[in-house]
This record gives sequence, structure tokens and C-alpha cells, in this order.
Amino acid sequence: MTSRTTPNPRTHAPLSERPEHSAEAPLSVHAMTVAYHRKPVLWDVDLDLPPQSLVAIVGPNGAGKSTLIKACLNLIPIAAGRVEFWGDTFEHNRSRVGYVPQRESVDWDFPVSALDVVAMGRYRRIGWFRPVTRKHKQAALRCLEEVGMGEYANRQISQLSGGQQQRVFLARALAQEAELYFMDEPFAGVDAATERAIVAILRRMREQGRTVVCVHHDIQTVPEYFDHAVLLNMRVVAAGPVAEVFNRENLQRTYGGRLTLLTEATEAVARAERGST
Amino acid sequence: MILAQLSSPPDPSFWREAFQTLSLRAGYNTTVVVLGTTLLGVAAGLVGSFLLLRKRSLVADALSHATLPGVALAFLIADAIGNGLSAKSLPVLLLGAAITGVLAVLTVQLIVRHTRLREDAAIGLTLSVYFGVGVVLLRAAPDYASTPASGLHHFIYGQTAGLLITDVYLMGAIATIAILAAAFLFKELALTCFNDDFARATGWPVSILDIALMALVVLVVVAGLQAVGLILVVALLIIPPAAARFWTERLARMVLASALIGGASGYAGSTLSALLPRQPTGAIIVLVAGALFIISMLAAPTRGVIPTLIRRARLRARFATDHLVEFLFDTASPASLSEVARDRAWSSLQSRIIATGARTAGLITGPRSALTLTDAGRARGRRVARNHALWSQYLVTYADLAPSHVDFSVDQVEHILSEELIAELEQALAKRGIKITSAQTSSGGDA
Repeated sequence: MTSRTTPNPRTHAPLSERPEHSAEAPLSVHAMTVAYHRKPVLWDVDLDLPPQSLVAIVGPNGAGKSTLIKACLNLIPIAAGRVEFWGDTFEHNRSRVGYVPQRESVDWDFPVSALDVVAMGRYRRIGWFRPVTRKHKQAALRCLEEVGMGEYANRQISQLSGGQQQRVFLARALAQEAELYFMDEPFAGVDAATERAIVAILRRMREQGRTVVCVHHDIQTVPEYFDHAVLLNMRVVAAGPVAEVFNRENLQRTYGGRLTLLTEATEAVARAERGST
Repeated sequence: MILAQLSSPPDPSFWREAFQTLSLRAGYNTTVVVLGTTLLGVAAGLVGSFLLLRKRSLVADALSHATLPGVALAFLIADAIGNGLSAKSLPVLLLGAAITGVLAVLTVQLIVRHTRLREDAAIGLTLSVYFGVGVVLLRAAPDYASTPASGLHHFIYGQTAGLLITDVYLMGAIATIAILAAAFLFKELALTCFNDDFARATGWPVSILDIALMALVVLVVVAGLQAVGLILVVALLIIPPAAARFWTERLARMVLASALIGGASGYAGSTLSALLPRQPTGAIIVLVAGALFIISMLAAPTRGVIPTLIRRARLRARFATDHLVEFLFDTASPASLSEVARDRAWSSLQSRIIATGARTAGLITGPRSALTLTDAGRARGRRVARNHALWSQYLVTYADLAPSHVDFSVDQVEHILSEELIAELEQALAKRGIKITSAQTSSGGDA
């Protein structure tokens, strides 16, 4: 890994024009470092996502997979580096980017129906102060039907199974009508039928020209489900077409715990923060 | 004491007075108090719903306790400036209250962000320190001010007797603001409460919405200081929405119910306290809210404890009936109830209740020593036995469970298999070349 400093502030040209980045990438990440409570969790990430593809982010626990997604979406600040969407800022392309958070991140006992949740995907389109109109409710219902959940529209969300809840989240993402999606573990804790359904939906999305990035835990299914893979363990170990990067050696490097130096450095920074070195 | 007063012999004048108060005809002062507290309850119920769902209810507690130093400081500063500014002018005192209240919320946030303390500890710490400062300032106020400081302590427990018609206007204005905010920011606040990360990612300014919600809380708390006092005002923000949650699974209805319960508490509470002149109104209002909460918790059909217990008991009864019918179906000859009871480890009382239920439902017939199934009972027995066989076979085939270990989970699951699940099970087993057609007992260790 070469250590690169933050990009020169004088060069404001889009990343897509740089030789090391791809011109048609929906997402380009350049030298991104992220820290939680000043403890670095992602170091110097460089990434280009190909358009119209399904991308898996894999890596061990604590590798920074969710952090990578959240940093791209501006949900957590980045300590250094740049993120660009279609050669422009996230703010300018927000409506083209969809998001499926981790299922456990919300309180499923919240007093709303499945349809209410899906309609949330259209709130930005509806705009400030306005109620959800019939038109938007119907659009939300279509999205629920697309994930095979039409008959559950009026169920309170705690009465759904884990797989059904995940499908509701997916339907909400569809309701956003975005071009690039970030999904945080869409397959976590779902039954086999839901897993098949989700895969089918992802493929349909790709056919429609969209790009989907998934944090994924099951490395067994990566070659079957995804085109591209990002192997992550606090830095990008390898990224590219599954056929090229998803091999034994790279997986070994990702999961094999040969990152002692990086881990130690992180621990040292954390200790210094606490003032106990 | 309240109970004693209430249970005293029904003096006709008591009821007349009660009716007059309830219908807002009990004189100007009482009417002002009842109107004011009702409006306050409505506003608190609305704002409290979102606060509860944002899981920030306790922040309001810190806020309300922290208003005390603000009241005292505002008094001292206004007194020092003098210059025609009355040290006890209500707007000045309430402004002071709002300022230290907001400071306390910021203090909690600062502690959480920059230390490893969790929010509960930060709230407890902030709440007590601000309140302590308030108590000290209140005690010191008479020594430093030329204006007599009497009456300031009324903000701690509230004193509705001091409510003026202008205060009712204030509460009316605040209730209106709360209603408008709940109506126009409904979906924005709902999204923020349910999933703030998604709200942020889709471009909603979550921090501004949070600030708006906090501003509403500040308004309600400050308006409630006079009527219910700073210790109890937070109850009006927490109890009505918590009670409302038991009645519905829809946010809009919950918010409405919460406003209703809040308003009813204010209305009934202040009416009651008009009849019990020695009791502080704020406490009575909160007790009424508490009573409404207990009723909701116990009896609300959607999520109440008693309806839930009834539903669960019905389900258990259904399971037990299934077991009885299955047993009789499997033995295929008349069996005594005690035999069944031994097999299922039921007490004799339990088995009698179950048998009576099954008899009433027309599933079994015959004397207790020789029970037989009716046609309906046989049909049900066949279905249960078949589900049992299907599920245990599935567990043995797919979950690698030893046949002797499947019975426990079978007992639970066989009753709740839906049509689709049964079809799926049949398909799965058919794939392995296993077919369970009629009512043979499972091939597992069921003998």
C-alpha cells in the first residue's frame, strides 16, 4: 500500500478526469480516510465503481464496510480524501443515490405500516410540509408488489418476519427511483426464499442500468450474485471484477489477519487519544 | 386524602359544582385554569409523541429541571437592572427558564459527544446539577434582590391559582403552534424518528428538524411551569404518548390519541383539583394522566396487557384442544380423560377444562372415562396429526435432528402451520421422495 497524502487542494478537476480514475464511474472515492472518535477505521481508500453492475463489499468484522458506505453518503465525516458521484459532489446527485440501511438500525416496533415505510422513499420527491398523496401511495404500493409484499401493505412492521422487513426496506429503496444504491447487508438474517427474491430484484435493477453496492457477509455467494467485489479490511485489499480479484490469495489477505501493522497503528492512535501511552 | 374526600357521602352540592366546572361555568378563575391546562395537555401530548418516538423523552426531564436556575437568574438580573422592569414579570422569568433549559440540553449533548459517558448518565448529571444551582440561587435570591422573592418557588410544583387569562392565551398560542407543527411536519418528524440515517441520506436536515422538535418541547415546558411546575411538566410529555401507543399501530392515530389523552388529563385534572382545593393542580393532572395510562396499558385492545393475555390463553387453549383431539385420533379407540392427561402431563383440573371446551365445540363425545371423537373432531385430528407428521419428518430430513428430539418443537409448530407452509413442506419432502399422504403418525419417535 502506498501512502498517499490528501489530494492537492489546487487540483479541483473532477476525479473522473484523472488517469487513475474511470470516467464513467457512478462513484469515485479518492484517498479517503475515515475515523470514528479519531480512531481511524478506513485508511486511504481508492475506489471506482463500474456502471450497471452489482458490487459486493466483503471483509471481516470491523473492516469498515458499513463505514465506507456511510462515509460515501456523508452520514459520517471523512477525515481526508474525496468522494464523487458522476464526477460531481454527493449534494448535487443526492436524488440519484438510494440507500438501504442495516435492518437492525431501526426500531421495528415503530407505529407505521409496511406501506408507510416504503412511502418514505418518496418523501424527498413530495417535498416539505406536504402530505403523502394518493399518487405517491400507489407508487409505493407498486414497489411493495415488486418485492412480492403487496398483500402486507397494511401490516404493522413488527408483525413482519425478518426477511419481509428486509424486503420492505428494499421496496423503499426502489421507491427512491435512484441510479446508484448502497445496501448495508441486505441478506443479513433473511430466509432462503427472501434471499432468492432479493437476488432477482438486484439483477432486475442491473438490467435497468442501475448500480448496486452491497455490504455482504457470505463470501460463498459472492461469485454467484455479484459482478464486482471490493475486498476491504481497513483499506482496499483488492477491487475489481469478481473473476479477477476474488481468489484465494486476496481473501487470505483480507481475512488472514496479516494487518498487524495497521491494527497496531490504530490502537496506538486510540491510546494516544486517551492519553495513556 | 383525595380518596377520603371523594368517598365522602355524595353531597348534592359537590356534584353540582363538579358539573359546573366540567362545563366551564364555575366562575371565571376556574374556567381560566381548566382551559389553560387542557390546551397545555393537548400541546404536550402532540409534541410528546414525537419526542417519545425519537427516544428523547428524558432530555425533556433535564430541560424542565434546568429551568429553575433560569427563573432565579432572570429574577436577580431583572431586579438588578430595575429601571421599571418588574423582577417578577412572567415573560422575563420564562425567558430565563427557556435559556437555562436549552443550555442543559446542549450540556447533555456536549457530554455525550466528548466523553465516554452514556446519555442516561449525562442526563442525570445535568438535571441534578442545574436543579441544584437553581435551589441555591432561589435560596439566595432574597438576600441579593430588593424585590421580595416570594412566589418564585411556585415554579417548582406549579400554582394554577395564579393563572391569568393572558396565560391561557399563551397556552392557546403554544397549542396552536404544536398542532400546526404536528400537521405540517408530520412526515418529516416521522421519518426522523423512525430512521434518521435514511432521512439524512435522502437530504432531510435532521439536525434542524431535531432543533424544531426541541423548540416545541421548550415551549411546552416553559408554558407548563406555572400550571404543573417544573418537576411534573415532563410527565405531560411522556405519559399521554406512552398511553396512546397502547391503542394503535398507526402514527397519526397515536399522535391524535396522545393529544386527546393529554387534553383530557388537563381538563379532568384541573376540574378535580377545583373540587379539592387543598391539592396542587399539577399533581392531580399528572395523576389523572397516570390513571389513563394504567387503563390504556391494561385494557387497550391493540396492545393492552389483558387483551394480550386473553389472546395468548385462547391460543394455548387451541393448542391443548389440538393435543386432546390428536391423542384420541391416534389411539383410534375410546380413551379416558385421565389417560390423555397423563400423556400430556395435564393436571386433572386442566384436562377437565380442556375436555369441556372440546365438548362444547362439538369435537368429542361420550363419558369422561371413554371419550370418542365426533366427525368434526376426527377431521381436526386428521389435520393435526398430518401437520405433526409433516413437520417432524421435515426436521428429521432437513434439520438433521434425531427423531427422538423433534417432538418438542413439533408440539409448538404443528398448530400454527399455515396453508402455504404446509404446501412448501410437502414440496420439500417430495423432492426427497418422501410422501406423507394420510394420517399416519410421524415416522419419528412418537410412539
